[in-house]
Amino acid sequence: MIATATETAALPKLTNEEIARYSRHLILPEVGMEGQQKLKAAKVLCVGTGGLGAPLAMYLAAAGVGTLGLVDFDVVDESNLQRQIIHSQSTVGKLKVDSAETMLNGLNRNIKVVKHNTMLTSANALDIFKDYDVIADGTDNFQTRYLVNDACVLTGKPNAYGSIFRFEGQASVFATEAGPCYRCLYPEPPPPGLVPSCAEGGVLGILPGLVGIIQATEVIKLILGIGEPLIGRLLLVDSLGMSFRTMKLRKNPDCPMCGTREIKELIDYDQFCGIPKPTELGPLEVSSHGKTADLPIVDGIPQMTVEQLKARIDAGTAPFILDVREAHEYQIVDIGAPLIPVGDLPNQLHRLTFPKTTEIVIHCKSGARSQRAALFLKQQGFTNVSNLAGGILAWADRIDKSLPKY
Amino acid sequence: MNIHIPTPLRTYTDKQETVSVDGATVAEGLAALTAAFPAMQQHLFTAEGKLRSFVNVYLNDDDVRYLPAKEDSLVASTDELTIIPSIAGGCTLTGCCR
Repeated sequence: MIATATETAALPKLTNEEIARYSRHLILPEVGMEGQQKLKAAKVLCVGTGGLGAPLAMYLAAAGVGTLGLVDFDVVDESNLQRQIIHSQSTVGKLKVDSAETMLNGLNRNIKVVKHNTMLTSANALDIFKDYDVIADGTDNFQTRYLVNDACVLTGKPNAYGSIFRFEGQASVFATEAGPCYRCLYPEPPPPGLVPSCAEGGVLGILPGLVGIIQATEVIKLILGIGEPLIGRLLLVDSLGMSFRTMKLRKNPDCPMCGTREIKELIDYDQFCGIPKPTELGPLEVSSHGKTADLPIVDGIPQMTVEQLKARIDAGTAPFILDVREAHEYQIVDIGAPLIPVGDLPNQLHRLTFPKTTEIVIHCKSGARSQRAALFLKQQGFTNVSNLAGGILAWADRIDKSLPKY
Repeated sequence: MNIHIPTPLRTYTDKQETVSVDGATVAEGLAALTAAFPAMQQHLFTAEGKLRSFVNVYLNDDDVRYLPAKEDSLVASTDELTIIPSIAGGCTLTGCCR
């Protein structure tokens, strides 16, 4: 697509320093002077500066995208560094947006970094999105996925989407005028019982790099108007088989978001996904620095704090404690509780030989799997089952600081 | 036909990435899959036996939902079915990470 003279004239000029810096772009006919100016004029919002957002933001900064917005409310944790290469050991404990800004400014002083140190919500998303041309969704939970999608459709901004799980990734471009949106692919989230919120699934550290860079590539293509963006296609990445496949995506004419457009404003996405308001059971990498007050009863399961459990142990009235993590996690750290992985519970019930009225406290890594296990045991007739909120991570944080966290 | 199993669900197929089954239609292929691996049933189907709305099944590169005959679409032995779970970063909609 060739821009008109007026459009070209409106684009920002490159300084001599920038011309030297972007020389390998400038000599590519598909980018050239005008393309580089388009990049300089472009405003891209990275939602999340985690595994996907890290390489994404770094490559966009290196490529000369003029304005990069970063949305994150988290702080850098040691366990992030296995994949979130925008952060470093020297910024552990700092706000992620500050840490990312330091890296991006070091990489390219010609770009502007705009920090949004906040959780993206239905209340602020439209206001934040309106100042950007392209949104890149690098979040890690379903609530935010649907929120980003809907806000993109409502504001008419394309969404360079990527997501990962263990060894697999997906990428696409949603919410363009002609193409499908995330809801066309996944019209609705599953019932809450089937959604384990898990920092527990694990991910190969390199995989978000691979997928985040695919997102960055799509962003650049959208800005330059070149190539064939992943509109109407879902790219599946399998890093173990190292295979890449693309599937056709259709725009669903009945999609309430981008089809019939019956959804006219942002909704309550926690409710939509059937997920309780953020607590210690919150999404991945959100809960590690939360404070506990009086914890709620979640789905009929009382939530016990690590402090409460410690007090009970010290008083000599410890309940029966059950660890429902996997054996390979038990090898990393344990607090002395017997182990029955949550998936084996149905076959291992006979090991719980005590009366069903016995008080049981279940723990896992951060409190999600143990909640499921507690619900299961309750269903099986155990009448006094609690969940240890925050799991062994909270225990290591607040009770026994000598324990490793993973 | 071959059915491609995504990583999160391989726990239930003895770690197999691809399962070869017989069946004349998409529905028959999936039935053969769950017959061979009963644990897959609850991850793919509701209690009423309907394919879960958040599980996407593709016949070659087409979403079965958009094929005229949907799950009754005819399948040749050289065709491939792919199950695509929804993943959100650390999570999967099929409830299989633990």
